[in-house]
Amino acid sequence: MSGSEVVIVGGGVTGLSAGWWLARSGVKVTVLDKFIVGWEASGRNGGGASHYSSPLFDEEQRLWPQMDELLGYPTEHQKGRILIAMTERQWEQYRFIAERHTRLNHPVELLDVKQVQEAVPLAGDNSFGGVHYKFGGHANPQRSVQAYAWALQDLGGKIVQHSPVTGFETAGGKVTAVKTANATYGCDAVVVAAGPQIPQLMAQLGVDVPLAAARAEMIITEPAPMMPLGGVDGHKIYGRQTLRGNLAYGGGPHEWLDVDATGPAARPSTPLARNLAKRLAELLPKAAHLNVIRSWAGIIENSPDGRPIIDRLTSPDNVVVASMSSVGFGLSPASGHAIRDLVIDGKCSFADIDILKLSRFDNLESDWREKRGWMPIS
Amino acid sequence: MELNFTGTDICAINGTRSAPETHYDIVVVGAGPSGIAAAIDAATAGAKVLLVDENPVSGALMGNDIPLYFGGRMTAATQNTERMLEAIFMSMPALETAMDAGVELLLGTTAWGVYRNGPGVASLPQQVVGLADSERSWLVGFDKIVLATGARDLAMSFPGWNQPGVMGAAALQMLLTRYEAFAGQRILVLGSHDLALETALLAQARGIDVVALIEVRDAPQGNAELVAKVAAAGIAIHCGQTITSATGGINGIESATLSTGDVIACDTICVAIGLIPSIELVDAMHGPRALNATRGGYIPAGEPSVTAVGDCAGLADSGFDHIAYRMDWMRALSDISADDTIICQCEEVTRADLIGVQPPNYLSRPAPMCARSLGTLLEDGPANPDQIKRLTRAGMGVCQGRRCRDQVAMLLAIEADKPFGSIPLASHRAPVRPLPLKILAEWDEPAEMEAAWDVWFGIPTQWVPVEDLNTPYQDEHRQMLYTGMYT
Repeated sequence: MSGSEVVIVGGGVTGLSAGWWLARSGVKVTVLDKFIVGWEASGRNGGGASHYSSPLFDEEQRLWPQMDELLGYPTEHQKGRILIAMTERQWEQYRFIAERHTRLNHPVELLDVKQVQEAVPLAGDNSFGGVHYKFGGHANPQRSVQAYAWALQDLGGKIVQHSPVTGFETAGGKVTAVKTANATYGCDAVVVAAGPQIPQLMAQLGVDVPLAAARAEMIITEPAPMMPLGGVDGHKIYGRQTLRGNLAYGGGPHEWLDVDATGPAARPSTPLARNLAKRLAELLPKAAHLNVIRSWAGIIENSPDGRPIIDRLTSPDNVVVASMSSVGFGLSPASGHAIRDLVIDGKCSFADIDILKLSRFDNLESDWREKRGWMPIS
Repeated sequence: MELNFTGTDICAINGTRSAPETHYDIVVVGAGPSGIAAAIDAATAGAKVLLVDENPVSGALMGNDIPLYFGGRMTAATQNTERMLEAIFMSMPALETAMDAGVELLLGTTAWGVYRNGPGVASLPQQVVGLADSERSWLVGFDKIVLATGARDLAMSFPGWNQPGVMGAAALQMLLTRYEAFAGQRILVLGSHDLALETALLAQARGIDVVALIEVRDAPQGNAELVAKVAAAGIAIHCGQTITSATGGINGIESATLSTGDVIACDTICVAIGLIPSIELVDAMHGPRALNATRGGYIPAGEPSVTAVGDCAGLADSGFDHIAYRMDWMRALSDISADDTIICQCEEVTRADLIGVQPPNYLSRPAPMCARSLGTLLEDGPANPDQIKRLTRAGMGVCQGRRCRDQVAMLLAIEADKPFGSIPLASHRAPVRPLPLKILAEWDEPAEMEAAWDVWFGIPTQWVPVEDLNTPYQDEHRQMLYTGMYT
């Protein structure tokens, strides 16, 4: 497919990674984004990269340690994570997870309270213990997203920002062009990786993609002294210490929303920052004095089973649809590779991703959102 | 283990939030003259009114130039909260009048966020303002909120500005008058518009040696009467000049060098080029705001339940184009600045790294990274300070961008050769003041919040490892973790 043209709808981390992978294979890539690359969920998440429940996990783990070198730009990737239990129940659950990792040969180590404090000096002496993942890790979402975009450009790909996609041209069972308000981009294949806007876009092609959007929130503190291990999860929150030292944390209840074709109208944070602050101060008691300096929110979409949809359609047969179902950043090195494979070869070369096919929702009931309670507050 | 959908998402936010502790007809934020007047008016008309003011803020916050640009020139007296509270009452007798009128007054209380339902959020029980003192934070409901948050100092960078003794005019005025806690003796003032002239006169009246005013334009900018007063006071205004550097020692500024080559001994350089209406709360709540050059910058532009009064609604309009004036200063200071002149003090971002869109120095800069710049970024679209912030970290620090956000926007305008107004306003985010985790935390949150709390969406099928699907481990996983990747 070298020399052919692929248009990618959506300059989030998934679309950009796909574009970068395609450009590496000699494909001419154009990424269209409604605003600035990585401006939505891709640049607003916790940066975790340890998604062992995914079929893309092995590839995620293989690629992240190489990404700085492959992209040519810093991503701030750091290896390893720790899960700290703050209650007896959490400790029971985390040990269950640890056993599961051991069964699958993912290297983990149980840490006692003292070992937890050695790895995470901001932790207190009141934890029940921790699980050290000697795999996985985290990176800086904002830097990584821009790294993909720049790396893609370095390979000759084009990024067109401030250009929302308005529609498609089709002929002979294929999409032949993607339209924005100002231009029409002819193409041999299309990747639709537009997050919460995927359903509206795909509806224009007569394809139903069941996704529902919701808001999630994060907080960040001023910098703390660097800890030996910065990827600290547990106590029902997720996050990391950035390489600058800040503690960036999220988790907690989400709010379902309706998102129209133009994307999220706003991304307001709420007083949920207080509930995040409580849990972070409990997880890392020696950080309780640190100032929170920002909070923010992002809008992410989920499929009915919470797993990604990565699929090449049968009609039109040159379209790949990709939603990572609220867990896109960490898996992006692998999701881009999978999308590249689907576009060029029609099949993922490194993992069985049939579980991510859109067709699993063929018999989905029309009121799936209502049944799950995934409806906006009226 | 069958998944039964009940029509309810147990991990959604619905119904989990606490109600505000109290409710007022009117909350007034900021107990300056405008805020006090608004509070008295409302209370006199029979409303239940709460008036809050963040001052006195802690010494630690003042050290980070919050809320004003104090430049480390506070005396130790500012560490004494009791004395500071007394100073506030002594300097503002109207506070007593307000309390007599039935206004409930909370000093040392910060309003760090205003929240209401609107685009992207419908889960708030009612519109609230988040408050915090030195002990805790809490939420207060209101029918109307009056923002009287004043204006903050415009900081400007030049070689050597990042040391103690470079400070803003509003901060200097506050230290001189309200707190009587200014630690300097000999000041050089940058600017010659009304703010600079008034500040110079005030300082001199308080026994401070005002060495001179420096004006980048060819003539004094303020009103003729003030210019005449400054002349009569024997204070020189050097026009058509700029500062080119400041030097100092362990205690900060010791001298300033001018574009003429003259070296002026001083312990304080007062940047009196402009004030920025303090619209953090409005912007952080996504309220409408508009750029108004004759009123000092972005000002609130109509929000039904929010009223802005005083300087935060815009500086008094004398027809003077503040933006054009600041841009003249910015061009001059930008011209004399070096590559290694710091723009963002918190994150130590240099001018070269800002314009080069380079990452902080704890990250590597491979060849492709070095080849990137604002120039290459502009090929992809208009300059956006939030994007620059993400890449360079300028504005990401503990001062929350107070010292650099306006400069960064001006510098982007200059480098992109675009009008200032074409550069978007960098986002303000709650909490609009730095708040310790233990203060911000809702320690007594509702049980519903804990019940709904999951690390992520709580979708039972989301985290079952793919190897375990359709094996006994699948049910075991759900039984142990139920909804979460780890709950």
